[in-house]
Amino acid sequence: MPLTVKQLRSPFAGPFDLELAAGACAAITGASGSGKSLFLRMIADLDPNEGEAWLNEHERRAMPAPEWRRQVTYVSAESGWWADIVIDHLPADRRSEIVALATRFGLRGELLDAPVGQLSTGEKQRLSLLRALLQSPPVLLLDEPTGPLDEISVTQIEALLRERMAGGTSILLVTHDPNQAARLGARPYRMIAGHLEAA
Amino acid sequence: MTPILLTPLDISIAASLILLDAGLSIWLKIRLHRQLAIAAARMVVQLVAIGYVLRFIFALNNPAVTLMLVLVMVLVAAREVAARPERRFRGTTNFLIGAVSVGFATFVTAILALTTAIRPQPWFDPHYAIPLAGIILGNVLNSASLSLDSFLGSVKRERPGIEARLALGVSYREAIAPLVREAVRRGLLPIINQMSAAGIVTLPGIMTGQILAGLDPLEAVKYQILLMFLLSGGSGLSALAVSYLTAWRLTDERQRLRLDRLQ
Repeated sequence: MPLTVKQLRSPFAGPFDLELAAGACAAITGASGSGKSLFLRMIADLDPNEGEAWLNEHERRAMPAPEWRRQVTYVSAESGWWADIVIDHLPADRRSEIVALATRFGLRGELLDAPVGQLSTGEKQRLSLLRALLQSPPVLLLDEPTGPLDEISVTQIEALLRERMAGGTSILLVTHDPNQAARLGARPYRMIAGHLEAA
Repeated sequence: MTPILLTPLDISIAASLILLDAGLSIWLKIRLHRQLAIAAARMVVQLVAIGYVLRFIFALNNPAVTLMLVLVMVLVAAREVAARPERRFRGTTNFLIGAVSVGFATFVTAILALTTAIRPQPWFDPHYAIPLAGIILGNVLNSASLSLDSFLGSVKRERPGIEARLALGVSYREAIAPLVREAVRRGLLPIINQMSAAGIVTLPGIMTGQILAGLDPLEAVKYQILLMFLLSGGSGLSALAVSYLTAWRLTDERQRLRLDRLQ
């Protein structure tokens, strides 16, 4: 299994058990504050937690945290930025690849040279997803990847995610749209007060 | 030239200026005369007390006692560094960061100056060691508290950006580097200002004091230049120590950003 989670827990949520096959998708719905984001952050090892997480046959503890996160990549619902200009957050030497990907997300190529402060929430959200996709991690943890987006963009992003799944990428995503799980062929789960249940 | 020693009468004449201030306060009804009297009395008592303490310690001329006094000064400075920032660590971390960086910067610069430039016999002679440690501490305290305040003030605001980089597999060291740089920069600003203004906007205190004590102005200037270099070294060391210690205390063995360690 690309991603296996065993008895993952923190003082605030869990314990969680989950298996995600290659190219598979699992979608978690649930009320705000039920622990969905917390669960993804725990898998990515961004918050203190106990229990096991495996990437294929490699246990998380056996590899340095940055290496784990590079392969099991979390994309938060609120996108984060650390420089002024968009392109400074991306590998500048892969510009043509970035522009091609951006176009598929309905983003204009000029955005790459714009100040981050001028982008809309939806543009920032798509660019932060693009940033993660460029590294082609085998497992993606997506926190409301289409939350602030219009219908066309949602369709574009879902098409790309399905493509990645066909290529073997496993996706665990949090969504508020109950139909998104069905559209992505995902196994539906529900988070209730820090506990994960198959829906 | 020998220093002109002050008599009690000289000081009493100067003290009449405090009465002038108090009279003004009463006349203009600004009700500051009480505070003014208390502050003036405090100042006199504190300074006379430290005068006796210094005279006593100079007479003892015991390295252990000198070291003790400097350590007490470092701890008081560390408390100030810890208390300044609006955001703090839980527990005693703020104080420990302050004590380690202020102590480290002060000892390194003071010992360097005492063993290479000023060279009293012996090098730990309290006449030189204590005033020097005091001057360095005052500056180091300033830059350490500015660095700490800058770091703790910006880390929460920058959290989404730092965590986005961590999530992409960037090391904590790299993700936190911009904050470390900014904190060090903030800590170095005051000494840069002091050096640029010295001699034009301000006549630095040590130089003024030595000229009043009868030293040739050029000799006094040499001392002041040496001191400015020492102070900039001390500021740099303490800003660096504070920034790296703070960055280190905000992470763990899994390279997470541990803002839960802040209040």
